[in-house]
Amino acid sequence: MHKLIRTTLFLMLLYRSSASAQDTTLLNLLNDSLSNHHQPDVVTGTFKATQIINTPTVQAPAKRSLQFLIMHRFGRLNEGGYALFGLDNATIRFGLDYGITDWLAVGVGRSSLEKTYDGSFKLKLLRQTTGKIPVSVSLYELLTYTTLRYSDKPFLTSRFRTAYTSQLLIAKKISSKLSLQLTPAFMHFNLVKNPADKNNIWEIGLGGRIKITKRMSINAEYNYLPDNQVVTDRVYHSLSLGLDIETGGHVFQLVFSNSQGMIGPYYLAKTMDRWGKGGIFFGFNISRSFSFKK
Amino acid sequence: MKNFLLLFLFTLALQKSHAQMYLTRNGYIGFFSKTPLENVIAENRQVYAVIDPDKKNLAFVSLMKGFLFAKELMQEHFNENYIESDKYPKASFTGNFTGDVDVKTEGVYPVQVNGQLTLHGITKPIQVPATIEVHQGKITGKSDFKLTPADFDIKIPSIVREKIASQMDVHVLVECNPK
Repeated sequence: MHKLIRTTLFLMLLYRSSASAQDTTLLNLLNDSLSNHHQPDVVTGTFKATQIINTPTVQAPAKRSLQFLIMHRFGRLNEGGYALFGLDNATIRFGLDYGITDWLAVGVGRSSLEKTYDGSFKLKLLRQTTGKIPVSVSLYELLTYTTLRYSDKPFLTSRFRTAYTSQLLIAKKISSKLSLQLTPAFMHFNLVKNPADKNNIWEIGLGGRIKITKRMSINAEYNYLPDNQVVTDRVYHSLSLGLDIETGGHVFQLVFSNSQGMIGPYYLAKTMDRWGKGGIFFGFNISRSFSFKK
Repeated sequence: MKNFLLLFLFTLALQKSHAQMYLTRNGYIGFFSKTPLENVIAENRQVYAVIDPDKKNLAFVSLMKGFLFAKELMQEHFNENYIESDKYPKASFTGNFTGDVDVKTEGVYPVQVNGQLTLHGITKPIQVPATIEVHQGKITGKSDFKLTPADFDIKIPSIVREKIASQMDVHVLVECNPK
């Protein structure tokens, strides 16, 4: 009988304590329910900008938003004090990119280098998803058309002025700070300087970013051009370093690169300068995003 | 005597099982920032909420990535720069309310909700007015209040300070069904 009373008292105590602990019990109930029903997350913000430095990233303008991009490179640092270490000279590219859907963006641009117009699209094929898809993959297709007049080359028809660049962008956001991108590329030039130069050129790029604060990151990209493809000109692999600073709808990128050109065929296959000799172009990219949603 | 005790235990057990809880997995939390330069609207329709009207306890949990913005870039900045959803994926609230709610009588009952709100890894006590509506066997909790991001160590850089209000209007609406 005593035992029964003791059990009852114990149960009553247990009951009371469970009542007072109800607060956290309710929260635990919700947390359990949440982890049971939770859907995998699509990884966002792999990079801050639509380009690492020159190489396009898996980021693209969202549906119904327009990005205005200014890419600017001064002259070579080794031009010396007379040209204020390259600051007297500049090449520039203006670009407009628009998100038609969340997986397709189209763009147009114009570079002062060889007065080149370009048209492009970026197609999102895969999006990195936690526990499901390890990488984001996009396809970037770029068509370039140079309009620089050569009085000595009357044979330069529109066909010969056109080149095509395809890049497969394979990116992984490894942590909230570190993202890497592997970028195999294929280019086709309708015209090359000599028969020994290849019309079809393969190239592979590796790039990434490390965030140093929430709104700043250090970026780097290296584009490796295998030998015996461009032989007439002495070309080098493109190496670029940059600093991203993001402020609301703007991304500023400060850039050092041995490539003067900022679009596919130029930085991938026409990089004529090298870091070792001070053939470094300082410059910046500035993007501004406009959304046409309410 | 033995029978009496058994009866007593039985009533206790009965009382406990009678404690009806009301639950939802698609509650709503929205927050609004209004400035002359820009309005920011974010809405989460996958809020988990539970209300226990007998014990006057309630709890909320929501995933920060569940907040949807009209502009995708804003949503990305919200997750990356402000709320840091990789580091602090959830917001939660646990607390109780004061005021009488009779679940057997339909009507709107004004209450005062007190408890602990955890946001961006920081827990703060909050006290907000709310209403609890009993209608067709459901319990709907509703509350409008203001939150200050700075209280939860969410920093707004000076360059965008004119576009983001220092206080957010928060709307909560949870329609809970008996569990």
